[in-house]
Amino acid sequence: MSHMLLRLDGLTKSYPGVLANDAVSLQIAPGEIHALLGENGAGKSTLVKMIYGLVKPDSGTMMLNAAAYTPAEPRAARSAGVAMVFQHFSLFEALSVAENVALGMESPPQLGQLARRIREISTQYGLPLDPARRVGDLSAGERQRVEIVRCLLQDPKLLIMDEPTSVLTPQEVQILFRTLNQLSHEGTAILYISHKLEEIRTLCDRATVLRGGKVVGHADPRAKTAKELAELMVGAELKVTDRAGRVLGEPLLRVTDLDLPAITQFGPSLKSVHLTLRKGEVLGIGGVAGNGQEELLAALSGERLSPPGTVMLRDQDLSRLGPNPRRKHGILAAPEERLGHAAAPAMSLTYNAILTGTVRKPLTRNGFVNFAAARRFAQDIIAQFDVRTPGPDVAARALSGGNLQKYVIGREVLQSPDVLVVNQPTWGVDAAAATAIRQALLDLAAEGAAVIVISQDLDELMEISDNFAALNEGRLSAPRSTADLTMEQIGLMLGGAQDMDPPAPQTEAALQ
Amino acid sequence: MITLVKRPQPSQFWSWATPILAVIATMIAGGLLFAALGKDPIEAIKAIFWDPILGQNAGYFRSQLLVKAGPLILIACGLAIGFRAGIWNIGAEGQYIIGAICGAWLALRVYPAESAWLFPAMIALGALGGLLWALIPAVLKVTLGVSEILVSLMLVYVAENLLAYVAFGPLRNPDGFGMPGSRNLQQYDAAHNPELIAGTGMHWGVVAALIAVIFTYILLHRHIAGFRIRVAGEAPRAALFAGVVPTRLVVICLGLSGALAGVAGLFEVAGPSGQITDSFNAGYGFTAIIVAFLGRLHPVGILLAGLLMALTYIGGDVAQLRLQLPPAAIQCFQGMLLFFLLGFDVLTNYRVKFAGAA
Repeated sequence: MSHMLLRLDGLTKSYPGVLANDAVSLQIAPGEIHALLGENGAGKSTLVKMIYGLVKPDSGTMMLNAAAYTPAEPRAARSAGVAMVFQHFSLFEALSVAENVALGMESPPQLGQLARRIREISTQYGLPLDPARRVGDLSAGERQRVEIVRCLLQDPKLLIMDEPTSVLTPQEVQILFRTLNQLSHEGTAILYISHKLEEIRTLCDRATVLRGGKVVGHADPRAKTAKELAELMVGAELKVTDRAGRVLGEPLLRVTDLDLPAITQFGPSLKSVHLTLRKGEVLGIGGVAGNGQEELLAALSGERLSPPGTVMLRDQDLSRLGPNPRRKHGILAAPEERLGHAAAPAMSLTYNAILTGTVRKPLTRNGFVNFAAARRFAQDIIAQFDVRTPGPDVAARALSGGNLQKYVIGREVLQSPDVLVVNQPTWGVDAAAATAIRQALLDLAAEGAAVIVISQDLDELMEISDNFAALNEGRLSAPRSTADLTMEQIGLMLGGAQDMDPPAPQTEAALQ
Repeated sequence: MITLVKRPQPSQFWSWATPILAVIATMIAGGLLFAALGKDPIEAIKAIFWDPILGQNAGYFRSQLLVKAGPLILIACGLAIGFRAGIWNIGAEGQYIIGAICGAWLALRVYPAESAWLFPAMIALGALGGLLWALIPAVLKVTLGVSEILVSLMLVYVAENLLAYVAFGPLRNPDGFGMPGSRNLQQYDAAHNPELIAGTGMHWGVVAALIAVIFTYILLHRHIAGFRIRVAGEAPRAALFAGVVPTRLVVICLGLSGALAGVAGLFEVAGPSGQITDSFNAGYGFTAIIVAFLGRLHPVGILLAGLLMALTYIGGDVAQLRLQLPPAAIQCFQGMLLFFLLGFDVLTNYRVKFAGAA
């Protein structure tokens, strides 16, 4: 390998108590799409931050185009031809696309000229974008295009992309992949960070796997199965979730014509949501975040009430009941936000067991808390769900995200619900824990409960759910059996199709 | 740049050690203040903390300790419950005044009838007065979303004007030769809140304060309702998820703290003070805020903090008398205590990080 664009040699970076990167070596050829794989905490972010000049390595060398490369700050990295698109966008919602792009440039040209350049680049790479539109009105996919176009204007030699597809619909993913392939053909190398293994298998030429800060292997992702890649990442054999043993029974939960105004000014309202959930069923609800997921969970958990007759469990009308009466009737929930919603951060795990457990578990006597019983319940959750923590007296926020998620899901599952509603059950959770959580949900359904899994991870939904429905701008599509559903159809259900069209002319006119 | 990083699990030890540190720091800074005023700092600190308990004439001062601590503890217990829930009743002073006026009104109205029921009825009316006064900010918050902090605070000044009005008007002693102020309830047996054990300063208000401490402890640390109150303060969304109804919580917390402040006012007007005058209120309602925080919003801590603050009140008087320290210097001294406490609290809950090296 004589001509390499980027050559990393023995990069090491340690933080107090952690060796984030341990002698990482890596080579990227021009035009190569190189995947960086690893679990949370494997050291992917630290590595790319060093390449992008955000973090200085303790030791090791970097070479860019056969010259020593030591970016002191992102600006230096950018002028050397390294650009990065972050997972979380840094855009001003109140400004237009062009203004946002200008803000990220060293010496921006005049706005009109810049707008022309944006239009050129975006058509050239198949990323339709109107420079005059306000970022606040754009979808997540369009916002990402702003970030990408901002990078492309600098004509980068290496483009780093951190989890770019986590906010995209399948159709948007296809558009993005076409762009990335085009860039690669033109000689731009791409360092692609993701934990979505199927994507990496379709897109990337080579993969480097990190585990515990070390490079544990290189692979040709096209020659490996997703399972093999995952096992390389985790360093252990992965259990496959077992869907067997479930029989769909009689209808349990019925949501009829549920309308609910938005919680926040920018949130979506629920519009005429219908769904029927049967005993033993796992219903997957997909959709890009912010399309009514939180609202739907709140309407089912009882945090928000709805008109009479809209939420029925068996023959009981639960629409006007708060969370605790609903728990009594058997409907439990685990919200997405672990710290501050599903759990009280500063309180111990014992107290967090009391948070939702008093209705179905004998944790109180005449309103007085039975601390011994609550502690035992907390210990049960810790033991049965393999929560890594010194004990039930530890504050919830001292747990890692994955461990707290296992605790939160375990707390609800061990209360033997009839219906369990979970939102993003494996978000930010490592692969082994995610598998354990999915299996727990499937086991619960096998015992005759019904489960609603709201998730952005379509692979996850396809893996565990019997039926799939999509939530888009507060509307829930009719559920369909996952057995005969293609990714293409799912994409259409998610309503991503409208994002592929160039911006509608009336929006442009409205702005002027 | 200096940034504060939240500690995942603040040390239990430091959360209880900071009040003691705060007292020591206040002594040092207060000493410097007194020195700047040209007084001997050691003498002044001794006058505040030592003389009331162990100096000359300590017999008199010691009984004053319970007299002052009683209302502080009683009010602070109620405030602590609300503060735990993130509901900020800053107007206990006003609820204290209204409680006193309502209870005293009943006694003055039926004077000179003697009945065993009178005193209990006055207590009930005192509680009701404080409760209703505190429900004004509660209702405004629940219906219109008005800040309870501002409304409860502003109602203190309304209550003070009301107090001046009744002291000079409707409740003025008809046999008082035109002097402002009501009849002295100390001379009206059925309405009098007497010293229960001679020389201790112990009256029914002190008994009520002790009961309030026990009640608050059970509520906050043993009962599910107290748990919900604490969750509401720490993580409001988690509280909703746990089934807490925020509006109900606002009404309960403000009502309860108002009732306790009202009762404290009643015990004061029927006991140590004896009469309604325009200067009847002595700032207990505000000082109780310091007591609540100094006591870590924990009933046992409040008990100790109430005694300590009572000591600074009495010691402040001693220092004024003996060293001619201005009253403002004493108030400043009490304020420093809260300042240092909150300052040290930040360090208990956060780590200071000097940025630069990432």
